[in-house]
Amino acid sequence: MKRFWGFILKEFLHIFRDPRTMLILFGMPIVQILLFGYVITNELKDIKIAILDQSKDPVTIELTNKIISSGFFILDRNIKNMNEVEDIFKEGNVRQVIVFESGFGRKLKREGTASIQLIADASDANTANLVVHYTMAIIGDFVREQNKLTGTPIQFIPEVRMLYNNELKGVYMFIPGIMAMILILVSAMMTSISIVREKELGTMETLLVSPLRPAQIILGKVTPYVVLSFINAVTIIAMGSLVFGMPVQGSMILLLAESILYILLGLSLGILISTITRTQQNAMFISLFALMLPTILLSGFIFPVENMPKILQWLSLLMPPRWFITIIKNIMLKGTGLMYVWKETLILIVMTTLFLGLSIRKFKIRLE
Amino acid sequence: MSEQKETIITVKNLVKKFGNFKANDNLSFEVFKGEIFGFLGANGAGKTTAIKILCGLWAPTSGEINVAGFDIYNQTEQIKKNIGYMSQKFSLYEDITVFENIRLFGGIYGLSRREIAQRATDLMQRLDLEHSRDKLISSLPLGWRQKLAFSVAILHNPKLVFLDEPTGGVDPVTRRKFWDQIYEAADRGITVFVTTHYMDEAEYCDRVSIMVDGRIADLDTPSALKGKYRVKNMNEVFLKIARIKPDENN
Repeated sequence: MKRFWGFILKEFLHIFRDPRTMLILFGMPIVQILLFGYVITNELKDIKIAILDQSKDPVTIELTNKIISSGFFILDRNIKNMNEVEDIFKEGNVRQVIVFESGFGRKLKREGTASIQLIADASDANTANLVVHYTMAIIGDFVREQNKLTGTPIQFIPEVRMLYNNELKGVYMFIPGIMAMILILVSAMMTSISIVREKELGTMETLLVSPLRPAQIILGKVTPYVVLSFINAVTIIAMGSLVFGMPVQGSMILLLAESILYILLGLSLGILISTITRTQQNAMFISLFALMLPTILLSGFIFPVENMPKILQWLSLLMPPRWFITIIKNIMLKGTGLMYVWKETLILIVMTTLFLGLSIRKFKIRLE
Repeated sequence: MSEQKETIITVKNLVKKFGNFKANDNLSFEVFKGEIFGFLGANGAGKTTAIKILCGLWAPTSGEINVAGFDIYNQTEQIKKNIGYMSQKFSLYEDITVFENIRLFGGIYGLSRREIAQRATDLMQRLDLEHSRDKLISSLPLGWRQKLAFSVAILHNPKLVFLDEPTGGVDPVTRRKFWDQIYEAADRGITVFVTTHYMDEAEYCDRVSIMVDGRIADLDTPSALKGKYRVKNMNEVFLKIARIKPDENN
């Protein structure tokens, strides 16, 4: 029996002295509970909306105030006519536009009903649904209060329009998310593993002694993955389109160009990871932890970023997938051109340059 | 033993510091064309550092170094084209075939397709590897891999080849056979710079240098060293030298 206990003791020693195992056993559950607790929320908070009030009478103003002071919504701006609606959605910050028809108050007095239009950005179907329901609940509340006060029954029938995804298909959210995840995983993780493998085997040294320049070595290692990732991207888009009916409203060329940019970002990230790890196992570990988990949770893939605590929202800004998903959704569902996604594209470019610069510097330092 | 005294490596006052630690402390020596030069020393004595510097992998902290006629600081690219290298781990890729490895390194060193084909055939014939042309390296026994790695290292007929502990992990008979290969290369005029911690292999070299604590404790032919220290073999030479502190040795 004593031998057995001795053996168990050794096993505990292994565990406590291995930082990676400790991370998985204790770090991961804690982080996950916190993340999931804060991220998975079906409650709404700080959702930006815009109001098109073509009437501006006491009723509309009171209803508007009630909606805005509910705590769920933030008024981004008041727009002046229907032409602005498309632009505001393309900018991407506003999730819903509420339209009051002109002569609202008068119509209400005469006919006991008036029309409200709720136009929601359904490129994120779940959130759009929630937003509309919350809004209707507030309106319903308002109606009840008014009826109590005045005794003349009124009724609102909100007309709901789900833009970009009127059937509220979930797949319209998943395809961009999956693309973001797979592309960065293949580019970053596979590239880093490939480079580190060379180091682990000892063949990297042989390559460095040869007439091949370090830049050529890295480029050579990275090129197959560019090609393969690109094929992956095309396959995902094709399947999304053919099998699930996901549209590509905007320019296919822009879409592919952005994908290539994102792939390059993944590659430079992979190279950076390879300069800080020595074993393939570590490379894989870092790639999975630093990439997959945050991509799924914090990029807005499934759970909207606005609902998360401020810290996580800031963290989300650092995630390349977050920006890429916005870009793809914009191009595929809203048909926007570079004009509307230049900001996100620039961010990706900056990140790529940063990662590449860092990797080159680290590579050179180690050569000395 | 070669009579030509043309030098192919000249090292003057090589110093390599890592922070405050001097891995190579003022090394000066020459290697002559066509000789088999043994670079010996215990682990941690600075051998690996020195060889990496000579190959152009690491930059020296200071010192004049000339390899194959080129300056280490300004002409590193030229040096790399004119040397061969075999690392401790044999430098071959395990998941590609014998021929594919030959083709890879031939290409990297600038050989034309025809040259590669020709030399590959020659090589495989000489090493009796014709049947293994399309076999993965991982399926070859260690001794064969070693021979192949060496042949690939000199595929492009370099003037000088660096062997970093090339005989690790194989039995004495295989090691002896490997040295036959080294002799063959030396007969062809290729200078061989080999590091090893097998002292019996030191006997096979034309001249031997012994490093202790970052300095060259002594450098001469094996027979001269044995005479000087009045011992029967290189193993004893090494033990005697390693026990003497470096400052006492001049």
